[in-house]
Amino acid sequence: MSLTRSDVEKIAHLARLALREEDIPGYARTLTAILDMVAQMNAVDTRDVTPMAHPLDAVQRLRPDEVTETDQRERFQAIAPQVEAGLYLVPRVIE
Amino acid sequence: MTDLHRASLTQLSAALAAGECSSVELTRLFLGRIQRLDDRLNSFISVCAEQALDEAHAADRRRAAGEAGPLTGIPLAHKDIFCTDGVRTSCGSRMLDNFVAPYDATVVSRLKAAGAVMLGKTNMDEFAMGSSNETSYYGAVRNPWDPARVPGGSSGGSAAAVAARLVPAATGTDTGGSIRQPAALCGLTGLKPTYGRVSRYGMIAFASSLDQGGPLCQSAADAALLLQAMAGFDERDSTSIDHPVPDYSAMLDAPLSGLKIGLPREYFGAGLDPAVGERVDQAVRVYETLGARVREISLPNTTLAVPTYYVVAPAECSSNLSRYDGVRFGYRCEDPEDLMDLYKRSRGEGFGAEVKRRIMVGTYVLSAGYYDAYYLKAQKLRQLISDDFRRAFETVDLIAGPTSPSVAFPLGARLEDPIQMYLSDIYTIAANLAGLPALSLPCGFVDGLPVGLQLIGDYFTEDRLLNAAHRYQQETDWHERVPPGFDESSQAVGEGD
Repeated sequence: MSLTRSDVEKIAHLARLALREEDIPGYARTLTAILDMVAQMNAVDTRDVTPMAHPLDAVQRLRPDEVTETDQRERFQAIAPQVEAGLYLVPRVIE
Repeated sequence: MTDLHRASLTQLSAALAAGECSSVELTRLFLGRIQRLDDRLNSFISVCAEQALDEAHAADRRRAAGEAGPLTGIPLAHKDIFCTDGVRTSCGSRMLDNFVAPYDATVVSRLKAAGAVMLGKTNMDEFAMGSSNETSYYGAVRNPWDPARVPGGSSGGSAAAVAARLVPAATGTDTGGSIRQPAALCGLTGLKPTYGRVSRYGMIAFASSLDQGGPLCQSAADAALLLQAMAGFDERDSTSIDHPVPDYSAMLDAPLSGLKIGLPREYFGAGLDPAVGERVDQAVRVYETLGARVREISLPNTTLAVPTYYVVAPAECSSNLSRYDGVRFGYRCEDPEDLMDLYKRSRGEGFGAEVKRRIMVGTYVLSAGYYDAYYLKAQKLRQLISDDFRRAFETVDLIAGPTSPSVAFPLGARLEDPIQMYLSDIYTIAANLAGLPALSLPCGFVDGLPVGLQLIGDYFTEDRLLNAAHRYQQETDWHERVPPGFDESSQAVGEGD
């Protein structure tokens, strides 16, 4: 398999990553090498194998549906890039 | 005791208890060493001198009140992946260069409650993705045994700092070898506990089904002390396991007669530096003289560990790192045109090359139509790898082999070739995939560079791993070696302030 420039651009878009033009050929090369290495997995027949869900077969714990967290909005918003009146600001989404 | 900087955690704990030194003295001593010597290593991202001295004063008051435990007043450092309330947590990334967490990780709060003093936050590969500590936004860390070489990664700052005795012990995290490989390359004892043994709450997530925190120390006895405070159930980590925590220090001296050790033949084949293999063989012979019975075993799916890991880890990383979007915290690009531009440029500029590479691998393998071929396939292979260990532990108590196929490699040597870098972890990754505890301890030198012996145990046998490592360290002194140039006598230079 060999990833093309447009494959890399498509993956980067899905991952919401802006790449520099000059970095794209390097990513195409290294991503191809990694996926080729990963393809060694195909040598093994796994038809009858149950996929691992958890190494100790643990299951998700449940807790009572009660409020346990306190309101810390001001602390959380103190580290945000841009806030106003308790809201997180982003560029206009709806015209 | 004249050379406090060389003292182990165990010795410092005893010296504090006996009133031979105070926490404030120790804290000043190690802060002074960091100030004088860390220019050579770059092992710290943040040093918290003022806060550390406050904590040291508090620890001394607590001791005077008769309320001290074994770690009260002991200086420590945390890998900069553990959130610390009020102190920047960068995770080695530009993305979090401005991030000050509003809470402590459970590991941090537990050690704080034990009275440990935090000297600072250590350097690491960006988001713990790397095996050389060269992917950090804050620059590469150097190996104190040879500054032209890497310390290993991703907990490279913690390993270099402890090896150079800039701090007596430190925390680390291990997703595919990130505690054990730097421990091996820097001559330390490092333990990755059973998955679920140490809380992941507040430990910035890379690959959630593999990540586990643990200690990086000078000896197994020290690791036992530190793990004692770190381990235990935490309701704030949904994958924490409610399993009793034994007294790790109490088990250290148990005799090894009759202990069955398995040597996987797949760990001694092509790819292993023969000189490293020789040191490992010598260590195994020490175990035989201690009464252990050694036999060859097979872990037939060993070669599948690296390919399986490079599906599971990037897939989970791409999902975990989707939270960094430039909206609520972390880096935001300048003048975004629209929301898509804000996301893409904040992430493109905030993440470094290796992190972007792994996010893209993860995005690719999880994209529509590929799930069965990649992630599901990998989880099936993970089961086969885990089954290999289950069968092995039916006949042996511990598995021994090399931690890393080579000693520390030169800076830059593997940076352009990700596959070569990934193969640094060929012997460590399987324990993460299976969720097993594993430990690396120093077992000799090749050309002046440390070699690590890896011991892998069955689930929740951290006590046995520490016991086996401790007994070896009673017979050998590799773990007491200090890199030349970092062993200045504390008296000769005066106590740093």
